[in-house]
Amino acid sequence: PAARELTQNPLQKTWEPYDNGLPAGHSAQRGVCMTNCPTLIVMVGLPARGKTYISKKLTRYLNWIGVPTKEFNVGQYRRDLVKKYKSFEFFLPDNEEGLKIRKQCALAALNDVRQYLSEENGHVAVFDATNTTRERRETIYKFGEENGYKTFFVESVCVDPEVIAANIVQVKLGSPDYVDCSNDEATEDFMKRIECYKNSYETLDETLDKDLSYIKIMDVGRSYLVNRVMDHIQSRIVYYLMNIHVTPRSIYLCRHGESELNLKGRIGGDPGLSVRGKEFAKSLSQFINEQNIKDLKVWTSQMKRTIQTAEALGVPYEQWKVLNEIDAGVCEEMTYEEIQENYPLEFALRDQDKYRYRYPKGESYEDLVQRLEPVIMELERQENVLVICHQAVMRCLLAYFLDKPAEQLPYLKCPLHTVLKLTPVAYGKCKYVYLLYKSGYTHQER
Amino acid sequence: AWASYMTNSPTLIVMIGLPARGKTYMSKKLTRYLNWIGVPTKVFNLGVYRREAVKSYKSYDFFRHDNKEAMEIRKRCALVALEDVKSYLLEESGQIAVRSSALKIVLHQGSSKLPGVFRHLIWGLKVFFVESVCDDPEVIAANILEVKVSSPDYPERHRENVMDDFLKRIECYKVTYQPLDPDAYDKDLSFIKVINVGQRFLVNRVQDYIQSKIVYYLMNIHVQPRTIYLCRHGESEYNLLGRIGGDSGLSPRGKQFSQALKKFIEEQEIVDLKVWTSQLKRTIQTAECLGVLYEQWKILNEIDAGVCEEMTYAEIEAKYPEEFAMRDQEKYLYRYPGGESYQDLVQRLEPVIMELERQGNVLVISHQAVMRCLLAYFLDKSA
Repeated sequence: PAARELTQNPLQKTWEPYDNGLPAGHSAQRGVCMTNCPTLIVMVGLPARGKTYISKKLTRYLNWIGVPTKEFNVGQYRRDLVKKYKSFEFFLPDNEEGLKIRKQCALAALNDVRQYLSEENGHVAVFDATNTTRERRETIYKFGEENGYKTFFVESVCVDPEVIAANIVQVKLGSPDYVDCSNDEATEDFMKRIECYKNSYETLDETLDKDLSYIKIMDVGRSYLVNRVMDHIQSRIVYYLMNIHVTPRSIYLCRHGESELNLKGRIGGDPGLSVRGKEFAKSLSQFINEQNIKDLKVWTSQMKRTIQTAEALGVPYEQWKVLNEIDAGVCEEMTYEEIQENYPLEFALRDQDKYRYRYPKGESYEDLVQRLEPVIMELERQENVLVICHQAVMRCLLAYFLDKPAEQLPYLKCPLHTVLKLTPVAYGKCKYVYLLYKSGYTHQER
Repeated sequence: AWASYMTNSPTLIVMIGLPARGKTYMSKKLTRYLNWIGVPTKVFNLGVYRREAVKSYKSYDFFRHDNKEAMEIRKRCALVALEDVKSYLLEESGQIAVRSSALKIVLHQGSSKLPGVFRHLIWGLKVFFVESVCDDPEVIAANILEVKVSSPDYPERHRENVMDDFLKRIECYKVTYQPLDPDAYDKDLSFIKVINVGQRFLVNRVQDYIQSKIVYYLMNIHVQPRTIYLCRHGESEYNLLGRIGGDSGLSPRGKQFSQALKKFIEEQEIVDLKVWTSQLKRTIQTAECLGVLYEQWKILNEIDAGVCEEMTYAEIEAKYPEEFAMRDQEKYLYRYPGGESYQDLVQRLEPVIMELERQGNVLVISHQAVMRCLLAYFLDKSA
C-alpha cells in the first residue's frame, strides 16, 4: 500500500495522515509524555504526613504538563457522608460503625476513580487516603489490575514531632472537622486520631513489597527509596517528588519593562526598553531592595528587554533561553491589525483555541509549556526567585502555580510593570499579590 | 550558558561497590552524559593507576586485605589519583570528577584510610557517592565474563581461570566492605545506592541541581540489550534545491529511500521497535512509508536557522557574510540570528536522550543537525 497523504492541521500546524479525506490512525503526537495505560497513584502514610499536600501538588504538575489527572480524597468522601465529625473515636480500630463507613467511602472513591480513568479519559488518578495496611493496599492493587491500571504507591514517612505538629497547625486546625473546636482541643483530638492508625500501620517493606512499584519519601525529602519504576510517567513522578520541598519562600514573576515594540503595538522581536520601561526597571530595583529578600536569585530570558530590566537591579542574574517569549513565527514584529489583514484565517483560528494554536513557523502555548518544564522543575528546587520574563511565558508559569487549566491559561492577566508575588500556603496552593502596579498595557482581550 | 545554574562548586562523585558491580560502566556513562549536556566531567579510575604502579598483575593475592605491601601501593595510588582530581577540578576548570574504585570508604574521625580525602570542605567541593549493590550471582558472573575477561590484568584470557581469580578477588574485598548506611553512620552523606542494576534505589540528601540530574539519569538507564537506529528523513525538495530548513516534502528519491527503509526495517526483524519522528513533514512522510505506529516529537525538529531559513548557503554568504564566517569559526556555539545553535539543540534534545535511555529498540527519523547531536552523545564526541 502506498504511503498515506499528509495534511497539516490548520490550528496546530501538525502533519497528520489521512485516508480518503478523513484523519487516519497510526500516528501519535508526543506531548510531554505519553501514557499508554492509566496510572493509579496510591498515597500511603499516617495522618499529617503530607499525603494531601503531595497529592494536590502532583495533580497540579501533571495537569500542567498535559497529563489529565485528578485526585480523590477519601477524607472528603467521609465528610460528605458523615455530616458532622464528632471525635477521634470514629477512627478507633474496633469501631465497627466507623470501619463500615470508611470502607464504603474508599469503595465510592475507587468507583469514581474507575469512572475517571476508564470512561472520562483521565490518565492518572491520585487516591489520597492513609492506606496504611497491606490488606487495604492489596485490595486497591487488585482493583487496578482488574481495570488495566498501573499502580504506583507514594508513601510518606515522618517521625519528626516538630514537622507533624507544624502540619497539624497548618492544615488540620482549619479543617471542617474542627470548625467548632479550639486549637488545643483540635490538636489533642488529632493526635489521638493518629494513634488509632499506628498499631496497624504496615510501612512499605523492601522484602514483603518488593514486587510493587513505589517511592517512599522519608523525613520530608531527606531520603527516598524507589522501587521498580515501570514507565516514563512513573519516572517523571519520582523526579518531581524528589525535587519539591516545603521550605517557605516566595517566587516573584514579572515581565520586562515596556519595550520599543510594545510602544508600537508590535509583538515579538528583540527590542530594547522604552523610556517608561527603563523607569520600571529602576522602580523594580528599588522595590526589590525594600523587600529585603534573603538570597534572591534573578532569572531572565535571553532577550534584550528582560536582560536590560535585570541589569538595573545591579545583582547577578542568570539568562535562560527557554524563558524567551513565544515565537510568533511569520507574525513576529507585526501588529495585531497587520496579522488580521495579512493572515485573517490565522487570526481567527487563534481566537478559537488560543492554547493549542501554533503560529505558522512559530509556537503555541502548548509548546511553551513543554519548553518551560525545566524552569518549573528548577523553581521547585529553589527558594526565593525573581523571574523577569514575557507575557505568554508568565501566563504559563502562573497557570502552573495557580492551577489554571489550559483553556484559561492564555487569558491570564499579566500586565506590564506589575510584579506578582507567589507564596505557597496550605496544600501547596499559592497566595498571590500584585505589587508595583503602574499603567498597564492593554493586551488583546477575548 | 544554560548550564550555569547547575554547578556552583565543583563536585566529586565517588563510586562505591565490590568489583563487578558496574561501577566503571556507570562512571563512564555518567561522564558521557554530563559532558554532553555541557558539564565538564572526567573519570579517574583507580584500577588504571594501580596498573601503572604495578606493571604486571599476578593474582588475586594482591587484593588480600592483609597484604601490607599491596595495601601501601593501593593507598599511594589513591592519593595520586586524588591529587589529579584536585588538579582537574580546581585548576583545569573541570566541574565534576568521578572516582571509580572498589575501595571501601572509612569515614570516621581519625582513622580514615585516605586522610583528608573527604574533607571536601577544604577544597570547596561537594561530594556525592554512587554505590552499586548487587547480590544476584548471575548478574555478577555476566559482568565478569563481559568486562573482566578482556581486562589488561588477564592477558591470557583463559575464561575459567579469570572467573576463578576474579571471584577470589571479590572475596578479598567482601571481608572489609562496609556498604553505605543511611540510617545511622552515613545519614549525613549525599548519595544514591543503586540496587540490583536499577531495580531499587535509595537516595539520600540530594544537595543541588546537578546531583538531582545525576540521580534522575541513573534511575533511567538500564542494561537490557537493545539497538538504536538513527537516520535522517529521505531527500527533501529543499535538499534538491540546496535550501536549508523549511518544511518541504520528500523528493522522488526521498520517497524511494523511505521504501528502502521499510524493507530494511522489515528484514531486521526488530522486536517491539518504536519509531520516532520530528513534526516536520519530511520525517513524517518517511515514517508513513513504514506502515507502523510512530510518535512525533516537536523537539526532534531540525535546528532553527532563524533569518537564514530556506536560503541556500550561497544566498546566506551573500546576504550575511559576517554570520557565514562566524559559523565556520565556532560551529557548535554559533547561533543563527533569530534561530538556534548546536548548543541550544543539545539542551532541547535532552529529554529525547533521557527517553532513549529508558526505551528498548528505537528508530529515530530526524535531521542532520539533530542526528549529529544524538550521535555525539552515543559516541562520546566532544562539542
